[in-house]
Amino acid sequence: MSPQALVEIRDVNFSYDSRPILNGINMTFPKGRVIAVMGGSGCGKTTLFRLIGGALKPTRGEVKIDGQVIHQLDQKGLYEMRRKMGVLFQFGALFTDMSVYDNVAFQMREHTDLPEEIIRDLVMMKLHAVGLRGTHHLMPAELSGGMARRVALARTVALDPMLILYDEPFAGLDPISLTVVGNLIRRLNDALGATSVIVTHDVQESLKIVDYIYFIADGVIVAEGTPDEIRASDKPFVHQFVHGEMDGPVPFHFPGGDYKRDLGVSV
Amino acid sequence: MAIVKSVRAIGHRVIDAVWRTGYATRFFILTLLYSATSFRRFNLTVKEIFSAGVMSLIIILVAGMFVGMVLGLQGYETLKRYGSESALGSLVALSLVRELGPVLAALLFASRAGSAMTAEIGLMKATEQIAAMEMMAVNPIARVVAPRFWAGVISMPLLSAMFSAMGVFGGYVVGVVLIGVDAGSFWSQMQSAVDFQHDVLNGVLKSVVFGLAVTAIALFEGYDAPPTAEGVSGATTRTVVQSSLAILILDFILTAFMFRGD
Repeated sequence: MSPQALVEIRDVNFSYDSRPILNGINMTFPKGRVIAVMGGSGCGKTTLFRLIGGALKPTRGEVKIDGQVIHQLDQKGLYEMRRKMGVLFQFGALFTDMSVYDNVAFQMREHTDLPEEIIRDLVMMKLHAVGLRGTHHLMPAELSGGMARRVALARTVALDPMLILYDEPFAGLDPISLTVVGNLIRRLNDALGATSVIVTHDVQESLKIVDYIYFIADGVIVAEGTPDEIRASDKPFVHQFVHGEMDGPVPFHFPGGDYKRDLGVSV
Repeated sequence: MAIVKSVRAIGHRVIDAVWRTGYATRFFILTLLYSATSFRRFNLTVKEIFSAGVMSLIIILVAGMFVGMVLGLQGYETLKRYGSESALGSLVALSLVRELGPVLAALLFASRAGSAMTAEIGLMKATEQIAAMEMMAVNPIARVVAPRFWAGVISMPLLSAMFSAMGVFGGYVVGVVLIGVDAGSFWSQMQSAVDFQHDVLNGVLKSVVFGLAVTAIALFEGYDAPPTAEGVSGATTRTVVQSSLAILILDFILTAFMFRGD
């Protein structure tokens, strides 16, 4: 493992039953970087995300985080590793029976013996960092989608993780919230000296904030590079994806029978 | 071909049922193993006792009152034929403490609190709250499931006792206040007929077993629910149906052991 790499994914294969999802994936996430993993719906992004988090085991290959193969750890070891990780779920996954304050304080109370006054200060600092200190008394149901995502972000970085995973952090956000969340991801990563992995299909927002991008299609890496390299890429898949074209290597039509026959028109 | 298909379908269902039973047993054992948090941080369990127990009080008390009143009326009508109206107190109390209190309170608890537990945990799963907790290195069985389990087990006998007390009061209102049975014989017959160990403690034991069964079913169904609206609604229905059947079957078994013709 190179000294600068926090996450190394080596020749990872994964199948659900006999259906292959990922096939020979190799990736390296250096420390301090923000990396995007992109691809269309169903391409295996979320599976990769769950493999990095140790929620799934690869059928072949290995995922190493901070020098340890995550799927070889026992439950205690896995939980130790997860304490150093932060995960932001697609729609925030805030605990709906707890206030904003209690959500952000959750991990501090579960994993530390800090007195309540210090927890209060830390929670306020985390909420201030995402611009929502004034919402600490609200319940998640009282927040807008964008605000909930920011509170979830504050909860994700509550214990200053070394690795932060984001699952579709831009899904369903209005343009202002999109920019705010994007900027926060970058700023928090740099402030904490962490490494961030964003699993997303939002090309434009990701190109603005990430250092490196991997494109996955049909379970393999089809392209990778810096945002400038991706923008300049002439690979048909990347071109179609970045410019949102309807037809290309990813076809508009799902394979089907003869059109005229389906319409009942004699051939 | 049709026979092969049916045999295959039956086999599939049997394998599925065995797998599910194994999964449920493992879930139950893990709940017991990870129960230390529920007692070390008892405030978590107290919060759930409030949700499951205290919030069920109204329905339990109102139902208990009316069941007692019906027992008073029906009991009086029957006992009058034999000139034994004074035994009304013992009839009401024994029916409630031995049988109706634990069983009806458990059925109401399954519909009110059991279904709520299933829906809550099912929705927590569907909205990735359980997965988020796992990723924060917090065991959801220890943090979410076990406190609810013990809250159910603790609440059930208390609710059952309140159901019976309210029922006795309902029987008193109808029998003594409205119909005019002698209050002295109502209470004294009750006192002499009800044995603390044989009747009251056995009733408490029944309600503990029912609480255990209802809560375990409700929590497992919630945890195992497919993370969709349809999945959660199906799980909630299964909780009420399975809990109700489990209560009635367990009641027969327990009654057969506790009161076998003596």
